[in-house]
Amino acid sequence: MAKLHLKRKRFVIPDRYVLLIVTAVCIILMFLTYFTDAVSTPLSYVAAYTIVPFEKGLNTVGRRIEDKLEQLKDINDVMEKNEALQAEVDRLTIENNQLSEDRYELSELRSLYQLDDKFSAYDKVGARVIGKDTGNWFSTFTIDKGKNDGIEVNMNVISGSGLVGIVTEVGPNWASVRSCIDDSSNISGMVLSTSDTLMVSGDLKLMENGDIRFSQLTDDGDKVGVGDEIVTSNVSNKFLPGITIGYISSIETDANNLTKSGSLTPTVDFRHINTVLVIKELKQSKKSE
Amino acid sequence: MKRKIIELILIFVCFILQCTFFKAIALGGIVPNLLVIITASFGLMHGQKEGMYVGFISGLLTDIMFGNGIIGLYALIYVFVGYFNGLLSRIFYPEDIKLPLFLITISDFLYCFICYILTFLLRSRLDLGYYLIHIIFPEMIFTVLITLVVYKGILNLETWIEETEDEEN
Repeated sequence: MAKLHLKRKRFVIPDRYVLLIVTAVCIILMFLTYFTDAVSTPLSYVAAYTIVPFEKGLNTVGRRIEDKLEQLKDINDVMEKNEALQAEVDRLTIENNQLSEDRYELSELRSLYQLDDKFSAYDKVGARVIGKDTGNWFSTFTIDKGKNDGIEVNMNVISGSGLVGIVTEVGPNWASVRSCIDDSSNISGMVLSTSDTLMVSGDLKLMENGDIRFSQLTDDGDKVGVGDEIVTSNVSNKFLPGITIGYISSIETDANNLTKSGSLTPTVDFRHINTVLVIKELKQSKKSE
Repeated sequence: MKRKIIELILIFVCFILQCTFFKAIALGGIVPNLLVIITASFGLMHGQKEGMYVGFISGLLTDIMFGNGIIGLYALIYVFVGYFNGLLSRIFYPEDIKLPLFLITISDFLYCFICYILTFLLRSRLDLGYYLIHIIFPEMIFTVLITLVVYKGILNLETWIEETEDEEN
């Protein structure tokens, strides 16, 4: 005879049902976040108050240690370099005179091309890199400025003279930046000297050498060569025009004989990127003005 | 409850370490995957539910910070890693490091492979061989090395949690 279970067992959901439920939740979340911002905005606040403060703290510690190590290394270097530098000072003094002449000429030429002070006109905000993508597939990083500092999605990020990437996500005090060497990054660029447009797309394979791939360059006159400067094009809908991306390091004709592709070396050192500037101007808003 | 909180703190610590410290000391640009280590270990030591819980939180954090606007993808992958390791918790013995080591290796490989399929293959990056050699295998090896170092710590933490839970009951 079967035993009667008088004591009721505690109700526990079986594991595979939990798995099913969680899977469903994840898939719904994916759809929701793909189409709306309703879920990701509150979640970005969670990150802002849990992870970002620690990242900032750790980063400060890391930088201090780095500074100390650098100092020690520097002392040795300085001793050696001092002698060599003394000799160079003389040479450079002569060169400097020549260069200041050149600079005068350059600024004149620039104003001719109306390229002068192109970037200083934009309102920029400096930010520190506080964390990098946890995986090995993509090249995105977080910075310590966010919505509270006026940063919005699709703002351009530069460092020194070159393009770093674009803001993809924003939290109250953090933002994610997709760098232009990232495999999923596609930028419409152009060759500065000939104004030929091309596509600049990051490639994980070239990332090791720090290069970016470019393609779809139409160059009928064979004027574009190694060493030419590539800037963001004025037909791009997200990037402000005229920001330097890099210089062509290799170029070859495609199999279709019409377009050319190759690789370019970015002006920014993506391995050792610590501080960046975010241009607080969107291409779209500029257009509507 | 206490267990959940301790695990939550551990996930946060691992996540923060992963995107700051480990990125800074990355060898050849490759970082080990701490989140897979803890997800697989907790699944293995304490069953499917624990694995799914740890996996879900780890994945969600990754999604929020680095998900490119889509939340839920990495969470889903990590949940499955936790679940399948949890299935094998029946044959787990604390003294034996070979099984967890083996499972973490497999988990990391599958994690990378699914990542490759979902985020690279679907964008017609077909050169699997290159990605295997340059990304997936280095990450696996690095993860195994880190597992050897931290596994004892995770095991001690788990034993400690279980002891305090027994006392409370």
